Amino acid sequence: MLGLLGLVGFGQLRAQQGPVGIGSRAPEFILTTFDGSQVSTADLKGQVVVVNFWASWCKPCEQEARELELAYQTYKDQGVAFLGVDYVDIEREALAYLDRFGISYPNGPDLGTRISQAFRTQGVPETYVIGPDGRIAAVQIGPYPSFEAIAAHIELARGK
Amino acid sequence: MIEEVGYAALVLAFALALYGAGAAASGAKRQRPELVESARRAMLLSWPLISVAALAIIALLVSGRYDVEYVAKVTSSTMPTYLKVTALWGGQAGSLVFWSWLMAAFASAAGLRRWDRDRDLLPWVIVVTMVTLAFFLSLVIFVENPFRRLWLDPLGNTLTAFLRPAGARPLVPTDGQGLNPLLRHPGMVIHPPMLYLGFVSFVIPYAFAIAALVERRTDDRWIRVTRRWTLVAWLFLALGLILGGRWAYDVLGWGGYWGWDPVEIAAFMPFLSGTAFLHSVMVQEKKGMLKHWNVLLIILTYALVMFGTFLTRSGVLSSVHAFAQSAIGPMFFAFIGITSIVSVRLLLDRWGSLRGENQLNSLISRESLFLLNNFLFIIILAVCFLGVIFPLASELFTGQTVTVGPEWYERITGPLFAGLLLLMGIAPLSAYGSSSWRLLGRQLWVPGAASLLVPAGLLLSGVQNWAAVLGYWLAGLVALVTLYEFWRGAVARHRRHGERLPVALVRLAGRNRRRYGGYIIHLGVVLMALGIIGIELFQTQTQGTLARGEQLSLGRHVLVYEGLTQFTTPDGREISRAEVSVYKNGRFEGQLFPRQDFFVAANQPMTIPGVRSTLEEDLYVLLVGWEPIAQQGATFKVFDNPLVNFVWLGGVVFILGTLVAAWPDRETAPVRRRVPAGAWVSGD
Amino acid sequence: MLLGVLVVLVGVAIFPSRAVAQENPPTDDEVNAIAKGLYCPVCENVPLDVCPTLACKQWRDTIREKLALGWTKAQIEQYFVEQYGDRVLAAPPPHGLNWAVYLIPPAAFLVGVAVLVGAMRAWRRPPIQPRQTEQPTIEDPYLRRVEQELQERA
Repeated sequence: MLGLLGLVGFGQLRAQQGPVGIGSRAPEFILTTFDGSQVSTADLKGQVVVVNFWASWCKPCEQEARELELAYQTYKDQGVAFLGVDYVDIEREALAYLDRFGISYPNGPDLGTRISQAFRTQGVPETYVIGPDGRIAAVQIGPYPSFEAIAAHIELARGK
Repeated sequence: MIEEVGYAALVLAFALALYGAGAAASGAKRQRPELVESARRAMLLSWPLISVAALAIIALLVSGRYDVEYVAKVTSSTMPTYLKVTALWGGQAGSLVFWSWLMAAFASAAGLRRWDRDRDLLPWVIVVTMVTLAFFLSLVIFVENPFRRLWLDPLGNTLTAFLRPAGARPLVPTDGQGLNPLLRHPGMVIHPPMLYLGFVSFVIPYAFAIAALVERRTDDRWIRVTRRWTLVAWLFLALGLILGGRWAYDVLGWGGYWGWDPVEIAAFMPFLSGTAFLHSVMVQEKKGMLKHWNVLLIILTYALVMFGTFLTRSGVLSSVHAFAQSAIGPMFFAFIGITSIVSVRLLLDRWGSLRGENQLNSLISRESLFLLNNFLFIIILAVCFLGVIFPLASELFTGQTVTVGPEWYERITGPLFAGLLLLMGIAPLSAYGSSSWRLLGRQLWVPGAASLLVPAGLLLSGVQNWAAVLGYWLAGLVALVTLYEFWRGAVARHRRHGERLPVALVRLAGRNRRRYGGYIIHLGVVLMALGIIGIELFQTQTQGTLARGEQLSLGRHVLVYEGLTQFTTPDGREISRAEVSVYKNGRFEGQLFPRQDFFVAANQPMTIPGVRSTLEEDLYVLLVGWEPIAQQGATFKVFDNPLVNFVWLGGVVFILGTLVAAWPDRETAPVRRRVPAGAWVSGD
Repeated sequence: MLLGVLVVLVGVAIFPSRAVAQENPPTDDEVNAIAKGLYCPVCENVPLDVCPTLACKQWRDTIREKLALGWTKAQIEQYFVEQYGDRVLAAPPPHGLNWAVYLIPPAAFLVGVAVLVGAMRAWRRPPIQPRQTEQPTIEDPYLRRVEQELQERA
């Protein structure tokens, strides 16, 4: 009985924590991109990493798609990496989506929904900005309202 | 103003609940009846106070005070007034107030009963109910305050607070978000109150059980006093479950009424343990057995009631029914843990004094069969519990979430439910005390042999599904045995008193409402089993995309797609409504209008089936897609649900039976009559 | 005979595309038959065949495509598991910890039986039987019971 209580307690704890919080260590993961290459967050240590969870069926994701690409173009040469994690999606639809919004940073499927589970996401879109120290610097639940909002998060992460 | 009054009433009720619990406990310890009486009055006062708070919320909801966070969350200006009123339990904060209000009402009703013979139990009943009430009130006062208002701070951020934060100004939205569209259904309006009523009234027998433990009373007084409470709790829980099923069938659009969703199971689990309890207390009343077990069962039921409330509110499980994640989870968790541990500790402490006259003379005596019944219910309960928490365990240990779907539950619980049916067929014929196979066989062989006609008929008519044949045979056996019992009783009365048979039947049921009410419940279960087996094993479905004028056939039914209309309603729905003609065996049967409502503000679609309902079957048509521009083609999903209406019919019979069993006796002083010869009150 | 069946089964397993490839496009019913056993993480606890979200519609389209390619049900399920994890299956696949959901119920049942048998044994041997006189003595115990109750309640 105590074990069961403990188990429910764990569930409670997890539910309470919500998504991975600001200041906590970001889960490491390897993203297999749509073109077959592998990107590991372990190799991106020391950089600011913007991890965006999205899906082609997700309407709100479309609101921030162009802004994210613009941010990528703006910051890619300044030590900021962008990773798009495609949550519960179909590859063909996802590629069409990337094409439609001209997204050029690495994107790949969330195989086995492992990455989203590690971040404990609750939906799409969600964006996690990881600072150079490997800790979460900023979290955006729902779409970014503007390019400036993305830029502010990146600056925040750099400043740490 | 209204908010302040409502909140003050809640705080006052909370203080009274704490005072009541404290005063009652110390009054009992120090033998000071005036303290207990004062506690009882505090308990009686809590209900009017919470009523004030509930009325305050309703006033805010109806008058559209969208500056109040809760009002803005659950209502919008286009909602009809009755939905605004019932939005009281449409969201987390309001439903907690509603829960507390019911709790206070039941506690007061218990407080108003005549306590002459059970003075010693009163203080501890007050303690248990008031501690529970105080817990729920603390949730609304400290965490989920329904009277919190919306504010705008100087930086433009939205805040929610009861009192004005420094520098903030009130934020008054012009409209609210509105109730979740899925919940805007008459079934959903009354489903939660029924469940809550069931949950809350189980607190009363628990309170009496704990009181009896504390006072070291080892007789079955607590069971006799709370028999009706338990039945009422059970009645409402059953009603809640049935209405919930009906709602799912009408609104969720997946062709069924029960999806083994964790939240459904959360409400089902206390029902299972409660059902086991209802049966096993009879053994204690008649034979003085199973004293530990009955206390344990009611503790379990109380814990499951709290657990069920917790699961839907804590964000632990994701489910279509769940409230949003909330900070009250840990408090609930702690409360369940503490009450369970304290209760079990108390039981262990009194273990020795509760030793009853456990004695079994025969494996097929009534009490043995009741034991088996309890065993099966508890195993089903354990399976349900496992299914609900396994995904959590999996995530904890492997990092992988898994789904535990209906198939798993059905495969495992199916045989157990069949076992229950079998018991239901045998037990009414068995006797307390000693019984022999020969005696039982003599009673059983007539209905048993007659029931074999059912499988024979099914096999002859070409039914090959052995599970269905077995299930229907068992259902037939239960029906025959139950009717046989009514018949024999009526005939016996007819012979003895010369009453006409129908009169004898009514008097028979009237004289022993509990037994015959129970039998009526069994008949309700049989009817439900007919429907459940029908839909589970014989449901057929098809799907197709049709151009206008094209047809789709399913079994003997043919559907012709006639057209699609689209329009917008004033309450913000975009409705796409298809028109379908139904033919059965080539004959025109009527038209159906399956539709999809899209709630624009909530960005949520809702699929409303078109159902052609007969006793034999439901033809259940869903509009799952359409071509938006040409309005030429539309995709339909069609279910043929055989016998599904027996589920609802059985539900009605079930409820009627419970009413018969729970109906108050006309004669007062139930105690004198309630001690049957052969049963005894054990005095240690 | 049995061998023949086995050979055919193996053949089907090895050459699925040839054995099952369909000339006609798969029907909705064929798609739904597979979708019924799958769960899309976007609609928790609602089977894929009736889930109304766009994500699930895409999944059903994927099933249709795979069926058109001649994939079997098992292959399609395997594909979804690889893409989205074990949670897409209606029941936990039997490996590792998941065995718990298949072993605990029968184990609980057996433990319950043992407890029940133990209790019944212990209770069968009462020290004294003072209530033996209360045992039904009338020939038909049922009649006796009815009579007795009527008297009690009169």
